Amino acid sequence: MAAKPKPRIKVPKEAKVGELVTIKTLISHEMESGQRKDKEGNLIPRKIINKFACDFNGAPVFSCDIDPAISANPYFEFSAKLTESGAFTFTWTDDDGSVYTDEQKITVS
Amino acid sequence: MKKLSVVLLACVSVISAAAVSAYADPVDEKLIIDGTEIVTRAKAPEGHPFDELLSGWLFREAETRATQADSFANPGMLSVERGEEIWNTVDGSMGKSCASCHNDASETMKGVGAHFPKWDAKAKKPFNIELKINDCRTENMGAEPYKFDDEDQKALTTYIKHQSLGMPLQIDLAQGEMQSWWDKGKELYYTRTGQLDFSCASCHEKSMGKFIRADHLSQGQANGFPTYRFNTGGMVSLHNRFRGCIRDTRAEVPKAFSDELMALEVYVTWRGTGLSVETPSVRQ
Repeated sequence: MAAKPKPRIKVPKEAKVGELVTIKTLISHEMESGQRKDKEGNLIPRKIINKFACDFNGAPVFSCDIDPAISANPYFEFSAKLTESGAFTFTWTDDDGSVYTDEQKITVS
Repeated sequence: MKKLSVVLLACVSVISAAAVSAYADPVDEKLIIDGTEIVTRAKAPEGHPFDELLSGWLFREAETRATQADSFANPGMLSVERGEEIWNTVDGSMGKSCASCHNDASETMKGVGAHFPKWDAKAKKPFNIELKINDCRTENMGAEPYKFDDEDQKALTTYIKHQSLGMPLQIDLAQGEMQSWWDKGKELYYTRTGQLDFSCASCHEKSMGKFIRADHLSQGQANGFPTYRFNTGGMVSLHNRFRGCIRDTRAEVPKAFSDELMALEVYVTWRGTGLSVETPSVRQ
């Protein structure tokens, strides 16, 4: 798809204390499984996002290890209950060592 | 025990018999994307074989329909974003980008996707968005024309068509020789070809609503192209789909943007008159 993996986040701007907040995340990434072959019959090397993590004000909210079964443009949706305002940070780690990050602030009252 | 197994056998055969001759109604649901109502059912134009035109969206599974309705989850929107990047990137010997002449696409390209293919007087044939892009690139930018199905070609076409989201398809058959290309397209639509001896109409008109294996046959409309397809996990252009369908009938496959496929695009676009542009749609 796109040249460089691009993250997309959907988080409400505001929430009440204790209210369930839904966080939607997407990153554009080919997620090459390592099983496919090119026209000449050579194996196309694996290149995937292998780890995703979400923190809130430094505390872990959700993280996972990702394997080749996850298809292109991995989409993760999860929820959190917050007690204070702050910022979510999102981190995607690529097989080749690249790390992609994004951040989203939220006001909790 | 023996009596019970006979009864069970009878039940199983009744269930399987019911599943065989499957006609399924397209769903009765509204498609609203970020507040824009998408017309998925329209009254057919004069002379159309159907009374009501139906978007392919109505024939898909609930999860597929939900993915298109959510502009965040729709993977085709990533192509729109890539198209926007390309729109603003200088390319070619003349140092121009699309934006250099066309400024803000959300204004200048609004309606374009709904009114193509259009007659091109210089080339003396109908142009679709892809051909128009290549014409602009070579004539006005000094850039290389895109090869068919280049990822950038698909992204830019998706971006341009997306500016017409929600607008009804309406092509002008009075321009140039559009009518004769429409006639040719109609002839192709109804001509059986290939080892399987199918025409477009065999599936998309005669068997519309029925199942071909596990696939729910739609009217074969063009209003959502380029579309994000789950089967390839990427954007699929209209001519790619035409070629795929024709390949599946085991016929010789015409070249993309050939006169045959351009005529077919004119006719098939007309068959969707009134349906909204859905680009990027999401399909199986």
